[in-house]
Amino acid sequence: MTETNGHATTTTNGHAGDGNGAAEPVTFTRKDFQSDQEVRWCPGCGDYSVLAAVQFLLPEIGVPPEKTVFVSGIGCSSRFPYYMETYGMHSIHGRAPAIATGIAVSRPDLDVWVITGDGDGLSIGGNHLIHALRRNVNLTILLFNNQIYGLTKGQYSPTSELGKVTKSTPFGSIDHPFNPVSLAIGSEASFVARTHDMDRKHMMEVFRRAHDHQGGAFVEIYQNCNVFNDGAFEAVTARDARADMIIDLKHGQPIRFGKDNDKGVVATELGHLEIVDVAAVGEDRLLVHDENRPDPTLAFALSRLADSPTTPTPMGVFRAVDRPVYGDALNSQIAAAQERQGRGDLVSLLNSGSTWEV
Amino acid sequence: MTTDAISPTRGREPIDRVVIRFAGDSGDGMQLTGDRFTEVSAAFGNDLATMPDYPAEIRAPAGTVAGVSAFQVHISDHDISTPGDSPNVLVAMNPAALKASVRDLMPGASIIVNVDAFEARNLEKAGYAANPLEDGSLDAFTVYEVPMTSLTLEAAKETGAKPRDAERSKNFFALGVVSWMYSRPVEPVYDWISARFANKPIVRDANTAAFKAGFNFGETAELFQHAFEIAPAVLPKGKYRNITGNVALAYGLLAASRQSGLDLFLGSYPITPASDILHELSKHKSFGVRTMQAEDEIAGIGAALGASFAGQLGVTTTSGPGIDLKSETIGLAVSLELPLVIVDIQRGGPSTGLPTKTEQADLLHVMFGRHGEAPVPIVAARSPGHCFDAALEAARIALKYRTPVFLLSDGYLANAAEPWRIPEVAELPDLRVDFATEPNHGDDFWPYLRDPETLARPWAIPGTPGLMHRIGGIEKEDGTGNISYDPENHEKMVRLRAAKVAGIAKDIPTLEVDRVEGSRLLVLSWGGTWGVTHAGVYRARARNRRVDWAHLIHLNPFPANLGEILSGYEKVLVPELNLGQLSKLLRMGYDVDVVGLNKIKGIHFRAAEIEACIMELTD
Repeated sequence: MTETNGHATTTTNGHAGDGNGAAEPVTFTRKDFQSDQEVRWCPGCGDYSVLAAVQFLLPEIGVPPEKTVFVSGIGCSSRFPYYMETYGMHSIHGRAPAIATGIAVSRPDLDVWVITGDGDGLSIGGNHLIHALRRNVNLTILLFNNQIYGLTKGQYSPTSELGKVTKSTPFGSIDHPFNPVSLAIGSEASFVARTHDMDRKHMMEVFRRAHDHQGGAFVEIYQNCNVFNDGAFEAVTARDARADMIIDLKHGQPIRFGKDNDKGVVATELGHLEIVDVAAVGEDRLLVHDENRPDPTLAFALSRLADSPTTPTPMGVFRAVDRPVYGDALNSQIAAAQERQGRGDLVSLLNSGSTWEV
Repeated sequence: MTTDAISPTRGREPIDRVVIRFAGDSGDGMQLTGDRFTEVSAAFGNDLATMPDYPAEIRAPAGTVAGVSAFQVHISDHDISTPGDSPNVLVAMNPAALKASVRDLMPGASIIVNVDAFEARNLEKAGYAANPLEDGSLDAFTVYEVPMTSLTLEAAKETGAKPRDAERSKNFFALGVVSWMYSRPVEPVYDWISARFANKPIVRDANTAAFKAGFNFGETAELFQHAFEIAPAVLPKGKYRNITGNVALAYGLLAASRQSGLDLFLGSYPITPASDILHELSKHKSFGVRTMQAEDEIAGIGAALGASFAGQLGVTTTSGPGIDLKSETIGLAVSLELPLVIVDIQRGGPSTGLPTKTEQADLLHVMFGRHGEAPVPIVAARSPGHCFDAALEAARIALKYRTPVFLLSDGYLANAAEPWRIPEVAELPDLRVDFATEPNHGDDFWPYLRDPETLARPWAIPGTPGLMHRIGGIEKEDGTGNISYDPENHEKMVRLRAAKVAGIAKDIPTLEVDRVEGSRLLVLSWGGTWGVTHAGVYRARARNRRVDWAHLIHLNPFPANLGEILSGYEKVLVPELNLGQLSKLLRMGYDVDVVGLNKIKGIHFRAAEIEACIMELTD
């Protein structure tokens, strides 16, 4: 509340801590986060496993369902909030980051998640996504990337590969795709990660890190659309391919991968990264992964290692740095003003400036 | 030397009103000069109305007609409602200023020109083939040629100001001349200069010297026959201040926040002529206001709607082009049935149109400009001070009925100023809301179980245990709010949303008519035309015409008695700054003979235009 006006006020604007302090420890289960709505994605859709990962994770995190909000745009994945027994809004195409910003900024006591897809978040809503990341709004943004428009039944998306034949590109797509992780890093995001729908444990770990991050956390999820773009990520995510195709990023450790851990990543003199045989260059030359590096150059270079999910692809946390959170900064300006001037008084405001009596 | 009283050397003639326009180059400080004259007149007790008029370009080429910035002020000893049709006095700082304003002047008006600026280059830039001071083209007026630049330089000599800087004080010289002519107190001007330029003593001294020199010039030069005097106006008792529409609107939103007990959240993207509301609210952080300058218009309203979902008073401010962009989110707000105030400061359109000029051409846009059946209530402010009340009313409807509401103002109201009787905060309406705290259907919470009276749905905000629910833009099942594609349910929901908005008619004041005996003509105005229509109607009555007048604040729904009122007249005259948008709505809803008086020039009606139209219709 901004001002005492004699009205009984509610605790709507409770800042972090309000109403939490006295709460008795309650434990939640996966079931507590499942709504009564029938899940209606196509059988076999990768969205199911993402939903399960989130529903398994939230009880572990321990934030009560009523303090959790899921906001989505439009698209297959944007049906996600309906299946969560939390507060939720299925909004309009591309606008979820903007709407979620209003929620997160005005209610720092809430846990706000954004569910979006490659069309929703990178095409029609690209502007909101980059600005939410730039501002560092306290949001956990999960971008389901299936490299196709599913809900509208099979047009190419801004992450579809060049030459892709779809209903709207019968002669092959001529649009150069975005690399979502590169875009997020270029947008000044303070937390950027990638995971995939075939590995619940990895998803849960990445989502947990994203949730715990203070500020805007961006997670790209490689998600299979088995109807319109089946197998798009198979070369990387198939169980028997992962060892050679997933570069598992681990903070503070040399970046290496492969069945025999025989491949690694080195930085060239020009600053870009290369995949090498560890035996040929020596272990000491391998790049040590540092999520917290203030300069985003190496994180960006990591995101460029794989142009498309057909070559060895980094997974995990690319970048996790601390910088001021937009909502905190806004709310502390308010607190500072109230400290300095007292709470705003409407009577004195209306009577300010030159006045005269008649 | 002090000049705190008029020395009665050449007498003072009492007059009841005067309209003065200060016009000069964008960099000449005309807005500031007008503001000062207004403040002093307001404090003196005159009633007044003002109208700034400046170019859309921040720095149009100096000396050209496009670069002219003007400020018109109407001061009076009685209650007035417009900034005046035609100036009685023009202060023209250069030839372009003269050229831009001369056609608006009252026949016989006084023109005070800075004769120093009337040299070949400036005349050419203004597009004058010959010097209008010499070619007889101003014979219909009384022209006073005052060498303002050179007298200002002379006066500022002692202050140590460099000539280039000293020259910039010439607007204070002009203010001094006009202050003498209209017997304004001078101390407030000195005080203001001292306070404003406390850190720049040379500028302070130069401005003071220039003002004093201008005042003394009026006093001693033989140019002017006498000074004029305008007595204080008799206004309703109370404490007054001067206020512009945009500031009043911002204050109204702060008041709505206080009265509702909800924090105010403004999501906005800069746009003329609405940005000043963002600026004003950004200052008042101590009121707990969160202002967010969003990345675009869509994000502005999106964030505001998110804040509403979270339990705040969500507001977005914009002008017509912004409404275009926000339309989809407004439709979402209609579907979500959440409170939201959408402020549209109308400007000339279509497209970029006339960003700094006024128009009322967004009425049908806000009424109908969404896909699907998406009714939104509309409230329109009628005067600068009324923007305060209109903001409270828009918030009241939004909060009570859980609906987006349009608050219409316009470029004229936004920037115009008038004395405003400061309201008693204790008398402001109670806007408190009850958030849902308990299940409302057995052990369940149904987000679309409506209040039978208002048809509003419950507002359960995140953080409330046990009331978790999901809402969205897809059609919802009546009651549960679950996704529903059922045909019967869709029609039911469309009709419920329409009935909810239509039902607001029971909850707004009935339309009052300002009547005279035996009138068969009703003038029906809305929004910012209130002032001129008032003046036009009363002038026609002064000429013995029988004419009634009513003014609409609520445009959707209309007041419940509108149809009954309309049916009592042979003709209804609707003056609007558009091609007849309210006229169309009236013809759609009522069997009525509507005559439109329409003007689409980016400028306001003159009261005389309304008066003339009434004269014709009552002939």
